[in-house]
Amino acid sequence: MKALSIRNLQKTYNNGFEALKGIDLDVEEGDFFALLGPNGAGKSTAIGIISSLVNSSSGSVSIFGHNVKTDVVKAKSCLGVVPQEINFNQFDTVKSIVLNQAGYYGMPRKLALQRMELCLKQMDLWDKRDSVSRRLSGGMKRRVMIARAMVHAPKLLILDEPTAGVDIEIRRSMWQMMQTLNENGTTIILTTHYLEEAESLCRNIAIIDQGKIIENSDMPSLLARMHIEHFVLDLLQPLLEAPSIPGYQLELITPKVLSVAVPKERGINQLFIQLNALNIQVSSLKNKTNRLEQLFMDLIDTQVGDVAL
Amino acid sequence: MNYSIALRTIIVKEIFRFVRIWPQTLLPPAITTALYFLIFGKLIGDRIGLVNGVSYMDYIVPGVILMSVISHSYANVVSSFYSTKFQRNIEEILVAPVPNWVILAGYISGGIIRGLLVGTVVALISMLFADIVINNVYIVLSIAILTATVFSLAGFINAILAESFDDISIIPNFVLTPLSYLGGVFYSVDMLPPLWQTLSKGNPILYMINAFRYGLIGVSDINIELAYLMTGGFITFLTLISLVLLYKGIGLKN
Repeated sequence: MKALSIRNLQKTYNNGFEALKGIDLDVEEGDFFALLGPNGAGKSTAIGIISSLVNSSSGSVSIFGHNVKTDVVKAKSCLGVVPQEINFNQFDTVKSIVLNQAGYYGMPRKLALQRMELCLKQMDLWDKRDSVSRRLSGGMKRRVMIARAMVHAPKLLILDEPTAGVDIEIRRSMWQMMQTLNENGTTIILTTHYLEEAESLCRNIAIIDQGKIIENSDMPSLLARMHIEHFVLDLLQPLLEAPSIPGYQLELITPKVLSVAVPKERGINQLFIQLNALNIQVSSLKNKTNRLEQLFMDLIDTQVGDVAL
Repeated sequence: MNYSIALRTIIVKEIFRFVRIWPQTLLPPAITTALYFLIFGKLIGDRIGLVNGVSYMDYIVPGVILMSVISHSYANVVSSFYSTKFQRNIEEILVAPVPNWVILAGYISGGIIRGLLVGTVVALISMLFADIVINNVYIVLSIAILTATVFSLAGFINAILAESFDDISIIPNFVLTPLSYLGGVFYSVDMLPPLWQTLSKGNPILYMINAFRYGLIGVSDINIELAYLMTGGFITFLTLISLVLLYKGIGLKN
């Protein structure tokens, strides 16, 4: 069963800007799916159309087989959305924000109270249920939005940059929470600028740029397409200049830090053998950039190149 | 899907909103109208004498009550819905399976309830100054509800079309207030020169105030049936416009 099915979706705004140029996208039930793209690529427009906040120009969107235009009630009932920006009434209490949302979905009061308690406890917000929401920290406000989106137990949850601007501790607890939701059967679509987040959480990925899907595959296949990986080596002894090793590009960043580009077909073992032969001792090794980030930049750069041509 | 729960949720949210800020919503009309009754009704009214066979104080009470109903039902919807739109919490409702008519009915009900509550507060204040025996309670209630509905709808449309906080104050300040004051709150249209009498009859608020006055003290400058017809027509027209705006998502969706 497809949790989300998008066909030839187009959106042209009144000022003539073409935000979406006919995208097709499928997300399977139970997936943890990353929708990535640079700012202005069309991600938010696509999410807006899926959640009925933006009118499409043409094309169709179905959520668990229910068309968002012709089968609105069922389509909306399957969907929960956590937007990028805080959009609840900041003068309301945490409890009333979540309860009101349950009411909009037609949930009887008794059930709404049970679901509200469950969602707030899941988000570690139960102690804050009577707090006025504007007094909460940024991370708590984001969790309120997730609790609100989850109150009607949607089968598909869209999280639009849920960890933007939150500290690393909260971000990691939110990752854990998203993984738990997904393990419990909720299909998740995540947009994020933290590509490390997408790489570690998501199984499938689509990259959107300039209103078009430029990549759509599973995460391992996409990462396997990297031809060169960049590593940073910390050295035990300082060097005066970068050594020359055939087949590898080495650059001395500081006397004790060496950057190296490793072609995939060569691997890293040969590099270490050569470094050993040159009596260069390595104390530690790390990726120069996140692998997905590197690939993402390569794909976006290719697109820009295409346009320039 | 049970839409009555969604409707009740919006109405209760709206009532909590204006009750929570009662010093801004319920207290000012009590003070303002007490001053109207004291200055216009008591101090100046005693020198004016009878108007259409009743004391000036009795004559202005219905208009002052309805004027409060008009301004507060309008203000409630325009400020609440625009704030909801401005803070983007309207998205909470738009992503949920809430039909447009439920959104409209919820916000309009909030406006009507606040309008009637303020009208009741003003009516209670008026009892300190005037001794009115209600002529026809059904006319009083029906005209109050219909008038509150008209102006709640107007406030809703204003909120949808508004793009800034300035836009939600233009209509109340430059249209509603002049029309209310020129709608025969403090005078009978018979007291005006013929040209102004004719112009006044183009003011819908004149019909509502006079119908309400008829219900309260049995005095009116106009035909009551015409007032009902006009109010009903406005409600139908404004409801249709509101639903079209919601359907097209104007001011709400990109």
